[in-house]
This record gives sequence, structure tokens and C-alpha cells, in this order.
Amino acid sequence: MFKILEKTELANNIWQMRIEAPRVAHSAQPGQFVIVRVDEQGERVPLTISDYDSQAGWVSIVIQTIGVSTKKLCALNAGDSIADFAGPLGRPSEFVSEAPESLRTKKILFVAGGVGTAPVYPQVKWLHEHGIQADVIIGAKTKEMLIMIDQMRALAGNLYIATDDGSEGFKGMVTGMIEELVEKQGKKYDLVIAIGPMIMMKFVAATTKKYGIKTIVSLNTLMVDGTGMCGACRVSVGGRTVFTCVDGPEFDGHQVDFDEAMRRQGMYRTLEQRAAKIAQERAEGHVCKIGLDK
Amino acid sequence: MANKIPRVPVREQDPKVRATNFEEVCYGYNVDEARLEASRCLNCKKPRCVESCPVSIQIPQFIARVAEGDFESAARIIAEDSSLPSVCGRVCPQETQCEGSCILGIKGEAVAIGKLERFVGDWSIEHGKTFATVAPTNGYKVAVVGSGPSGLACAADLAKLGYEVTIFEALHKVGGVLEYGIPEFRLPKQKVVAKEVENVKRLGVKIETDTIVGRTATVDQLMDEEGFSAVFIGSGAGLPRFMGIPGENLNGVVSANEFLTRTNLMKAYDDQYDTPIYVGQRVVVVGGGNVAMDAVRTAKRLGAEAFIVYRRSEAELPARVEEVHHAKEEGIDFRMLTNPVEVLGDDKGWVRGIRCIRMELGEPDESGRRSPVEIPGSEFEIECDVVIMALGTSPNPLIASTTAGLETNRRGCIVADENGQTSREGIFAGGDTVTGAATVILAMGAGRKAAKAIDNYIRNKKQ
Repeated sequence: MFKILEKTELANNIWQMRIEAPRVAHSAQPGQFVIVRVDEQGERVPLTISDYDSQAGWVSIVIQTIGVSTKKLCALNAGDSIADFAGPLGRPSEFVSEAPESLRTKKILFVAGGVGTAPVYPQVKWLHEHGIQADVIIGAKTKEMLIMIDQMRALAGNLYIATDDGSEGFKGMVTGMIEELVEKQGKKYDLVIAIGPMIMMKFVAATTKKYGIKTIVSLNTLMVDGTGMCGACRVSVGGRTVFTCVDGPEFDGHQVDFDEAMRRQGMYRTLEQRAAKIAQERAEGHVCKIGLDK
Repeated sequence: MANKIPRVPVREQDPKVRATNFEEVCYGYNVDEARLEASRCLNCKKPRCVESCPVSIQIPQFIARVAEGDFESAARIIAEDSSLPSVCGRVCPQETQCEGSCILGIKGEAVAIGKLERFVGDWSIEHGKTFATVAPTNGYKVAVVGSGPSGLACAADLAKLGYEVTIFEALHKVGGVLEYGIPEFRLPKQKVVAKEVENVKRLGVKIETDTIVGRTATVDQLMDEEGFSAVFIGSGAGLPRFMGIPGENLNGVVSANEFLTRTNLMKAYDDQYDTPIYVGQRVVVVGGGNVAMDAVRTAKRLGAEAFIVYRRSEAELPARVEEVHHAKEEGIDFRMLTNPVEVLGDDKGWVRGIRCIRMELGEPDESGRRSPVEIPGSEFEIECDVVIMALGTSPNPLIASTTAGLETNRRGCIVADENGQTSREGIFAGGDTVTGAATVILAMGAGRKAAKAIDNYIRNKKQ
């Protein structure tokens, strides 16, 4: 069992949890994720790491309540425990193994969308600790959905905010913000790292391609074990089938087949809705079987 | 005399009924049946069955005790060589091992050694008997990576010798392939696997789940920072293979590993569990091994019409004869000499069928099996909405890639000698991670050999 040390609401339906997990904290690096299972009946859910402290032995995760499992997880409070917390999984970000001298000559721009802001944070923090100030764009639908702004501002070079409705910062999508920076403000970037919804990463990659900027994306595919066993997370990158969990989760955004990845991500959507319905009815003490036999 | 008695048939669940549930197919022998079957053994002077057993269980001796009704002694004899009799009695390919060598099998039917082993194993579980004696602790720590058959066997033997053993398991459940791979209807989890694991724990073995060696901690960290004198790697062959044909990434194409993990480990067939599974109406399983049989029979139980597509003929099916027989009884449709060339999708990217080509058998290949050759122009389509690829697995490269100096071969298997010694001092390996996907009993045997080698290694180092 893994204890929840702290729970904070970052925005409506978005929570941050600090979990006591000394082994994971000891080995965690930017770019990696964990698999969480709330209880005996729970799914194995892949979640990105949003912060960690190897000395104190904790790891933070950020969760948006969207399905049965994330709702179950967010119903727990500090002091409660979760059944499983396995990781760190996946390969660390490429820059972690790059020579610091060459890394320091690079201009890096992070593009974070929604809850994708969470996994960007440990990357920006790592770079900051190694003397590199990366620029960061944080995008969200509206001001209320923005998360981790203050933490990010403290460590980033320039922080840019984009909201679809213009309630804070730049009015428009993150892609618009990138165009603004590159075309209007004449910024030069050697590397873009985009983490957010699949559709956002697809369009960020399309935008940076026209500027010829190398772009890394972090894929949030379906997974079961997260250790290479099931292949549920397979994606096409540069025409080759790879496993997100062991070959990724970070890939060259210009090589990823996003349309296939988005289609595969939706494979269990109707089943998940069904599960949510059953869970709700179970909670209400009535299980409706009508229409569920197909 | 004794050999005039025909082989005692084993009671099984009715095929029509069992094709709709996950209860165990085979009920096993009761006391009378077991004693009668045991009485058929000729107690050969030179028992060929023992020679064919990968762990050399003293078969005639334990069977003689069963015939006498002294089940505790029988269990004690098996325990000398095997730590998982209830598992092996169920999943070993006896027809090519012990039973395949039985003298009685030449003119009639072999003694049902597997069913007798299972009977003795289950008897021990029911009566709460364990036979291991544990030596006083010697203060040396050994790490075992993976809690499948090889890891459990290695850990048990080392614990009996007095070592402080910790098993590191990547998943949340202990048992490896016994838990995620082999279905409930062939190997009950609570009744058998959990009990055998409990026996290993009772020897003082510690088990840390959720620990992915290579990521959560590396082999070198275990040795340098955590004080383990030796490490045994029994991490199995967990990476599924795909065919590399068009359409393989359509929605509805899954590996057998994924399909079985969702049902076995995550219990997706039970509404009380949150993990979903997509079963569809018509399921095509590609492959002919035990995993293919497990997948197709699982699909059937989940309500689908289920097919096996295999490129060779029935004689070449690598699955156990018993599993093929059971699958047929349950109404699985076998399409032999058929090889997929493309998975077909609808306009939304979901599977709608599979295009196959008919095959004929040519010359034998290096495995001795006649290799299948395509018949030109014989393509045809099978309508289906799910395709399960059961084409075998290869070892997970995670440990080899994070352990400097650990040699692997071109198939990605860790190189180890017959005692499990790898290219790195103090690091041993065995089971599927060394051999590629094989059987539970071979993995168990490898774990036990490595335990001996680890004991020798640590003793020599002490001096």
C-alpha cells in the first residue's frame, strides 16, 4: 500500500496528490510515468509524474477526474492509501542524457496543455537545476483550468499563457502562441517539447514542422501493465510500430501517426462509459441490465 | 494384472456448460480414482518417466505411496524435487515428458502421472501440509527478479538453505505467467496459485510487488546499495510479437498477452472489476500454441464465436494435445493451413475481417516441422471484429539494457550456462528469459539449478 501524504485541488476536477513511494522517488527522472491501481478491483492507470523528492521519498501525480478509476482515486484523501504505485516507467527525457555543455547552448520551448502541464514541470525543474531556463507555454480552455502557474513561473525562462477564451494571457490556442513567438517576436528555438491532449500535440507538431524545429511529444496511450507486456500502447512512429510504455513515452512528434494514435486511444471509450454507468448504479444500489447484453 | 486396468478417466465439466464459465475444466481424481490409477504403475526398475521429467521427480515412488493411500508420504517425495506440484500437475506437457515415456503407453495408455501429481499437490493444499525444512539463516541476501515459476522455485530452494531471499515482482500480483497468462479454467488462482505462493512465503521469502527491476531499482543497485550477494533473473518472456502485416494497429487487434492479462490478472470478465475488455462477436486467434488455445477458449467463454487460424496443419500444433482436445469440445473452430496476410478495417478504423492465404506443407525446417508454403491465388476473407495475435513472446530487454556487461543473444535472451550463470559474476538467470517462451516445468527446473549454483557461488566467495 502507498500512502497519500497530501491532496490539493489545482482546478475544478484536477487534483494533485503526493504519494509516499521511496523507491519510485529514488529512481524517478523527467519524462517518466507511474502505474496506479487504487484498489483490488481497480484498473492499472498510467499517470505522469508531476514532481518528486528522492530525499523525502515522495512522488506527486496530477489527476483529472474523467473515468471510473480517476474518480475513485480522487475520492481518496490525505492519510488514505492506494493499492499500487509502480514505476518509474518509460524512458527518461532525451535531454537528461545529453552533455550539459551542448544542452546549455539550446533554446528550449515547452508547450503544455491542460493536465499536460504537470509532466512538463519536472522537466523544466530539472533543466533549471542544470542551469538552463526553458521557455514555457501553458494553454487551457479558460483561466480557471490553468494549473501550476506559480511553480512554473519560478523556474521557467519566459512563461506564456494562452487561453482559448482569452480570460488570461494570449487569446487562442497554444499553436497560435507558438506562431506569435516565432513569427512576430522572432524567437528562435532548437527544441520544442509538447505535452497535452493528443490533438494538441498533433497540431503543435504540424506547426513546428513548418519552422523545422525538432519536436518531442509525450504520448498518453492506453496501457495495461506499462512494462512492455501487452502492446495496448503501440503506436506508429516513422512507419514503425513501437510500444509507448517501453520505447517512449516521448517520441519525435514529426514521426508520430497521431490519427492512428487518437483512434486507438478511443478503443474502450464506450466500454468505459458503460463501466461508469455500472459504477454509478452500484453506488446508488441499483444495477440496470437493460441494453447491456450487447 | 495391474496393467489390465484401463487408464482411469478424469471427470471434467461438461463442454457446453464450461464454455460459458471460468470454473476449472478438469475436476481431478478423488481418493478412490487416484488409488486405482496409481495401481496401474509397473514400478519399473529403470523408470523412463523420471528421465523424461525436467526436475526428475521420483515418479514410481510417489505413485506407489498413492496406491497405498499414504498421500502424505507421496507429497513428501514430490516435494524433494518440485515446489509446485498442483501447478505442474495441471499445466505440464506430460504427453511429451513423463507420460510420453511410460512403458504402458506402448501398447495401451500411459499412467496418468500428471493427474496423480495434481491429486497429491491438491491433497497437500487441502490438508495444509508443507514439507520444507528451513536451515537457520546464514545472513546472506539474494534477490530474485520475477515471481513466476523460475523465481518461485529458485527463491524456495534458497530460503530452505538459509538465505534471506527477496522476490521483486513488477506487477501487483505474485505468480508471473501463472497469474496473468494461464486462465482460471486451467489453473485456479485462489485455490492453487495463491496457495503455492503462500508456501513459498512461509519459508521466509519476502516479496515486493510493484517493483520493476531495471526501472524502480537496477540489478547493480540491488547488489551495491542494498547488499544482495547474488541476483537471480527470472523475468520471463513477456514481450508480445506481432506479424508485421497491414492493418495490425486497427482497433480490435490485440496481443494474446493483452487479452489474457485483461481477463486473468485484471478480471475484466467480472463486472466488479473496473478494467474493460473488448470481446466482439467473432474472434480470430492467430497461432497454435498453448497461449493461442488459452486466448481462444477465453474469447469463447466471454460469449464470442471463436476461431483458431494456424499456418501449419493440426499435427504441427505446438499446443498440448489435451488443450486442443478441450478447445474442440468447447466448439472452437480450427482453420488449419491458413495464414493471415492483412487485417481488414472499416471506415472508422475497427477490424471487420482478416484476409488469409491457404498454405500447404513443404519440406521440414530446422525445427523438424514441415514448413508451410503459400498456395498462390488462394486468398480469402474471414469476417471477424477482433483479432488476437498469439505468435509467441520474447524477453523484456529492460533488465539486460540496464545491467552493464550482461550478455544477450540475437533473440534478446540472457545468455546463461546450464547452471544459470550469466556473463556477470553474481548474476544468474533462468526460465523463459534465457530460453525464450517455454514451459512452467522447464522454468522451475532452471530456477532450482540456479539456486544450487548461487549457493555454491556464495559459499566459495565466503572462503
